[in-house]
Amino acid sequence: MTSLNQYNYPDQHGHFGPYGGLFVAETLMQPLEELNRAYQKYLSDAEFLAELDADLQAYVGRPSPLYHARHWSQLIGGAQIYLKREDLNHTGAHKVNNTVGQALLASRMGKTRIIAETGAGQHGVATATVAARLGLECVVYMGAVDVERQKQNVYRMKLLGASVVPVESGSKTLKDALNEAMRDWVTNVDDTFYIIGTVAGPHPYPALVRDFQAVIGREARQQIQDLTQRLPDALVACVGGGSNAIGLFYPFIADDDVAMYGVEAAGEGIETGRHSAPLCAGRPGVLHGNRTYLMEDDNGQIQEAHSISAGLDYPGVGPEHAWLKDLGRVNYVNVTNQEALQAFHTLTRKEGIIPALESSHALAYAAKLAATMRPDQSVLVNLSGRGDKDMHTVAKVDGINL
Amino acid sequence: MSRLHDTFQQLKDNHKKALIPYITAGDPSPFMTVPLMHEMVAAGSDIIELGVPFSDPMADGPTIQRASERALQHAIGLRDVLSMVEQFREQNSQTPIVLMGYLNPIEVMGYETFARLAAESGVDGVLIVDMPPEETGALTGYLKANQLDMIFLLAPNSTSERIEKVVSIASGYLYYVSLKGVTGAGHLDLDSVDQKMQQIRSMTDMPVGVGFGVKNSETAQSIGRLADGVVIGSALIERIESCLDTPESAIPAVSELLKSIRTGLDSI
Repeated sequence: MTSLNQYNYPDQHGHFGPYGGLFVAETLMQPLEELNRAYQKYLSDAEFLAELDADLQAYVGRPSPLYHARHWSQLIGGAQIYLKREDLNHTGAHKVNNTVGQALLASRMGKTRIIAETGAGQHGVATATVAARLGLECVVYMGAVDVERQKQNVYRMKLLGASVVPVESGSKTLKDALNEAMRDWVTNVDDTFYIIGTVAGPHPYPALVRDFQAVIGREARQQIQDLTQRLPDALVACVGGGSNAIGLFYPFIADDDVAMYGVEAAGEGIETGRHSAPLCAGRPGVLHGNRTYLMEDDNGQIQEAHSISAGLDYPGVGPEHAWLKDLGRVNYVNVTNQEALQAFHTLTRKEGIIPALESSHALAYAAKLAATMRPDQSVLVNLSGRGDKDMHTVAKVDGINL
Repeated sequence: MSRLHDTFQQLKDNHKKALIPYITAGDPSPFMTVPLMHEMVAAGSDIIELGVPFSDPMADGPTIQRASERALQHAIGLRDVLSMVEQFREQNSQTPIVLMGYLNPIEVMGYETFARLAAESGVDGVLIVDMPPEETGALTGYLKANQLDMIFLLAPNSTSERIEKVVSIASGYLYYVSLKGVTGAGHLDLDSVDQKMQQIRSMTDMPVGVGFGVKNSETAQSIGRLADGVVIGSALIERIESCLDTPESAIPAVSELLKSIRTGLDSI
């Protein structure tokens, strides 16, 4: 692999090599240009960044700790595993890093209404949270199927003052919620800011969301050096849309000696077709405003994704991941529902940390990887969220009805 | 010159406006599409926009989404749509056909193959909703090489710079989206359409069709006064939708609506 010292993506048109871009209808071109101008302006504006930092500290609870999972590492008997504790953030996941940032941007742009899409409800909750704090009207689109299986998050959003709109079209899941949010935006472009929850969508979203999430990797890079006096040997993060993974990976891209693993959801197994692994088993196409790897049929229709973890249940992936795959900089791998559940239980019992099912995918792969490494080596895993929201799902697998 | 160019030229010579109906191929069933197309021509349509079904029609309102879903229940893909056009051409060599849809089915087929097969089937133009001029890449060359027109959208918030960019690459006609929103949305603001049309006219001689929000003879007439043609989609699909129990009755229902719009347009 060639050194990526010069890595500087996207280009000015929002392209990551052949991926990314701006594949939207004409009515969205002007608002996306407006958003891009604001993004360019404020992400180098000292006052904006200071306000963002203050919010990340006092409201989100940053920096999130880096925890050496000694007991689990010992059990595995390989490399030392370090967990970046994004599960300790306000609202319980990394999602809030981005919503705090985008909401601040929305206020600067004079927008009074916030919309968002959500799958499991984590991004919806994180958006409703910041909207409540800033006094902005908030509408969250959520697939009708997800509304049914994530009732608790729906209620949380309502408590926070958001309206939750169940989306009845298509497969009634995350991808359809995204379609519907785009339709809302195109209709209400003048006063509405669309807070996309992952590093997908049209330019500048993949770059914008990455830049708000990169705080994860910046902190982790410093923390691991403070703890071990060196960089980690490997980074591991789960990939649905890919925001927590990009957030961790991005500040390490030029560190050639740090291996990176993005873990997709293999669901019931790649070979069954019931998975959420476009990078491992899909092919390039265009959806939701960007070119990237997709799960699609021979007619170019988007297929339904499957995973026990609702947050990984998306048939596309951020375009920067597509490019990092093609460049060979990140290894994209996958683990099944079963493997993720096993890691979920192990971490809970060995470290007293209940991880989100999304993050459990990263943990499952990290365990396999660490086992092949020496005890003087280290693996840094992004523990992107806490598992409280998954109690019903896990209990159901265990045959318990809560 | 292209069939689209000739059609607009003739209409202009006869002081008539283009009636441009949209249906989704395969809705309500694959066997209905070609008969519907012939009937639309018989009812006075000048150009047909034929929708290629897509699983994620981001720019469409609920009506056209449902049409896409019905077509997908029959697993209608781009190749099926092209063979419908081929079948239509067996009896009609005059009426231009514009494929309207999203990029991904074309990406999967491959740009070069698509352009060649579309031209062979008798397609005249292509309108890809989620492909602005900035992202056309190699497709432009392949479409040009196959004499296919590339139709683009313009919107109420398109700036002068954007109109210029679109005009520089578009051919056949321009499709002005009369309101900010998705297909089938409500209210028309004629004053704003009028203003925007003047801006567009000052920058190009290309014909302009206006769509989104055209529902009946009256709205078609008011829009027709400002444009070279009117596009009607969701209102037609609603007619088809009201006939799902007896799909054949969609043909006279569609015909009736188009005839009344034709009469309206001709009395401008």
